Amino acid sequence: MNEPSIQAVGLTKRYGSFTALDSLNLNIERSKCVGFLGPNGAGKTTTLKLFTDLIRASSGEALVNGVNVHTRKKKALESVGTLIETPEIYPSLTPREALSMVAETRGVPAAERKKRIEDVVTEVRMDEWVDKRVGKFSKGMKQRINIAAALLSDPRIFLLDEPSTGLDPRGMSEVRDIVKSLKGKQRLIFMSSHLLSEVTDICDEVAMIDHGKLLVYDTLSNVTSRFSGGENIVEVGFLRPLDGGVNGRIASGVPGVTSAERVDDRTLRIRFNGGASTQERLLSNLVGMNLGVISYKPASSALEDVYLSLIKDTK
Amino acid sequence: MIRVNSTEVASKNQVPGSLTQVGVTMKYTFLDYLRSRRFFILLVIVLLISAILTIVVGYYRPASFLTSGLSFYSSWWGTSAVFLVALFGIFFGGDAISGEFQNRTGYFSLPHPIRRSSVYAGKWLAALLASSMILVVFTAITLGNGAYYFGMSVPYQFGESVLLAWFYLVAVLGFTFFFSSLFKSTSYSILVTAVLFLFAFNLIETLVANLVQIEPWFILTYGAQIIGSVLSTEYPAHTTTVRGFGPNGPTLTLYNATIPEGLAIIAAYFIVTAALGLILFERKEFT
Repeated sequence: MNEPSIQAVGLTKRYGSFTALDSLNLNIERSKCVGFLGPNGAGKTTTLKLFTDLIRASSGEALVNGVNVHTRKKKALESVGTLIETPEIYPSLTPREALSMVAETRGVPAAERKKRIEDVVTEVRMDEWVDKRVGKFSKGMKQRINIAAALLSDPRIFLLDEPSTGLDPRGMSEVRDIVKSLKGKQRLIFMSSHLLSEVTDICDEVAMIDHGKLLVYDTLSNVTSRFSGGENIVEVGFLRPLDGGVNGRIASGVPGVTSAERVDDRTLRIRFNGGASTQERLLSNLVGMNLGVISYKPASSALEDVYLSLIKDTK
Repeated sequence: MIRVNSTEVASKNQVPGSLTQVGVTMKYTFLDYLRSRRFFILLVIVLLISAILTIVVGYYRPASFLTSGLSFYSSWWGTSAVFLVALFGIFFGGDAISGEFQNRTGYFSLPHPIRRSSVYAGKWLAALLASSMILVVFTAITLGNGAYYFGMSVPYQFGESVLLAWFYLVAVLGFTFFFSSLFKSTSYSILVTAVLFLFAFNLIETLVANLVQIEPWFILTYGAQIIGSVLSTEYPAHTTTVRGFGPNGPTLTLYNATIPEGLAIIAAYFIVTAALGLILFERKEFT
């Protein structure tokens, strides 16, 4: 089976004199999660709508697995699960009926429909509501059903437009877990988001867009290091409150580290030069210092710094 | 971490053909219509009209109703059916497509491997099915009352009229779906179709026929005259000349659509508006 792919070739969308998307060239292949970032009105949703044929391109092509979405929509979207702009479901239907409609439309085999619907409804924690009418649901509950609809046919590609919109903190965390589990299933996920911490947490690569133009597309670590002068930033959490001199000891005693600043009394933000091997050495040194390391992750602030710098530059 | 339970799919999905997808859309849209407030309201309107007619005929025994079986069906059905069918079109067609945009249901139903034309056709068929159900209720009540006064012998013209009313329903829904595709706002599309069917068409028809003195063959409601005309003892003449007001009033020509002409108008309206509505929906963007 070929690797999943989505490709924008000179993709442009104009509304009169306003250019919402300007010659976007983007080629995403293989299983991974790509975060699509940009300010409001940057062109993120426009891009996703073009990839689902909800709008037509002024020029260029949107291809899914090499198939043009506009001219051969049925073929192109057969292995794509989508969630665009918080959809509404016919209010008199129950989640079971709405999901049956999606399953039948997508050709989920009749023998498997019932189980798959129950699986995805459990997945989004809506079991209790599966036979209640959607009309009275909150925005967050509807969004959970929309996520279930995207998962239902077990597609190889997911196009998600701010999937955690409208969800409470627990729901957002559950969506992150779902996306992480999809990554484990070798899926390609292209996901727009305003939440940089979310993208840092779950995405392997990041594409940034502003004023309809792609600013950068690369792996998360390359993007953060490229735009921070080769520096990487990690946030390290500790079990116990840190003593006053620990920042200095880390900054001077661990090779590659350029600075260590305190975020709070149990968290340090450490900047260092180097790649994965330096990271491994840094973690090993921190553990060796017996400080009680309990978490170690790329700092969302690093991506935020890049984001703010790139977006500011395009103003 | 939550696990995705549908990890391994036992068999590969096979996206069905467009006709099957039309059926799927129809099935679930019909279910939505059936449980909707609008279906209930229409049913209440039909029952209310039927109740009023039943009481009026039963209490006052009007001669226009009770002269013969045919006159009964003409007075009962001929005056109400056209209005009711227009109402069905407004209720089920007025916002059928515009609602996909304004209510954002299109974001749920369209980003799938399905042609827009399948969604359009499925929704149209669901509206036709829901409207037909209510039309059947009205037909049954009419027949019940007819049987009470004139026994089980139903004039064949009533069967013709019911069939013509159903054809008219097909055209009305084609037309309302077209207007629904023109707008993204549900209130605009409902308002425009309501104004057209309840006032504008009749007004234009009267003005064109009486003032300009040409046959209003281009108005759908003119074609719908055949629903009532087939219930006349003698089918009305295509043109009738009458003298206007005053001793020297102008001579006016009144027009009545013939059955072939009425059918042609109904068919033309359906074909043209269905095609235009489909094209509009195909081209409309979810901006």
